[in-house]
Amino acid sequence: MKISVVKNILEANDRIAQQNRSLFDENNLTVMNLMSSPGAGKTSLLERTIQALKEDISLGVIEGDIQSSQDAERIARMDIPVVQINTGGACHLDGNMIRDTFGEFDLASLDLLVVENVGNLVCPAEFKVGEDFKAMILSVTEGDDKPAKYPLMFHESSVLIINKIDLLPYVECTVEKIREEALKINPHMTIFEISCKTGDGLDAWYEWLKQEVRTRKKAR
Amino acid sequence: MHEMSIAQSLVDILQEEMVRNNANSLKSVKLRIGKLSAIVPEALSFCFEIIVSGTDMEGADLIMEMIPLRGVCLDCEQPFEIEDFAFSCPHCSSPNIKTISGEDLSIVEMEVE
Repeated sequence: MKISVVKNILEANDRIAQQNRSLFDENNLTVMNLMSSPGAGKTSLLERTIQALKEDISLGVIEGDIQSSQDAERIARMDIPVVQINTGGACHLDGNMIRDTFGEFDLASLDLLVVENVGNLVCPAEFKVGEDFKAMILSVTEGDDKPAKYPLMFHESSVLIINKIDLLPYVECTVEKIREEALKINPHMTIFEISCKTGDGLDAWYEWLKQEVRTRKKAR
Repeated sequence: MHEMSIAQSLVDILQEEMVRNNANSLKSVKLRIGKLSAIVPEALSFCFEIIVSGTDMEGADLIMEMIPLRGVCLDCEQPFEIEDFAFSCPHCSSPNIKTISGEDLSIVEMEVE
């Protein structure tokens, strides 16, 4: 017997992500899903961003890693609420894992919740967690061929942060090529060029993020 | 390796449908997999086989139809195939396009006994 079943395979996750999103909306909270390959600078960018913005906006962080709590410890030193998720092998966070952290936060007291996903340029792009937008980091040491190799990640992210630009003189990678390739896949992408080491370009990122949180608050 | 999570979600839906239809075994299931989803068909098959081994779904064929990426331009209104993941109109270069297929990751049909 043949049965016609037209169903999205990821509908269970999409449904939970949607419920998370509704809860975030009720709490007037902007949620950013931050993704990159391992070592691109997600936690470093977060440390810088928290330092710069914590007087103006109230932040919380969910750290996703396969194992260890090192990232959460780095964030906790900055005196903001943080929860570590250890996926125990899974290569991405999903809606359910995010929902399980809600008891640990006072969502109503936050303006911005950053979900630092597991370092991986493939899987996190496929699973929604309830975010308002996805941001990704690509560091110049990874090479300018990455947009072409990982198109889904670039297609899904509305923001691209090109990190480690201080290392450009030492690598075979140009920012122009990254921009060109990324904009081919996602013509609407907002792009920042930064160095978490030297601080170059970070002011523009802080300003954009602050504005984004304010605009979303007003829109609700 | 997100194919394992996807295979698990797939099996959860199949299980529900089998109960709903009082089915005893699964013969085959047809999927539509869009080119944009970063799925490796061999990896998905492999994960599916592992999850269903020893269940009433063991031995079921996973038939995967790969769906090309297609878009339509919102400015010049022409449809086109999105090649090399270039999400702009090949006719008028507009970035305002709508993807009409190739984002799928869905079940379309299952055969049960």
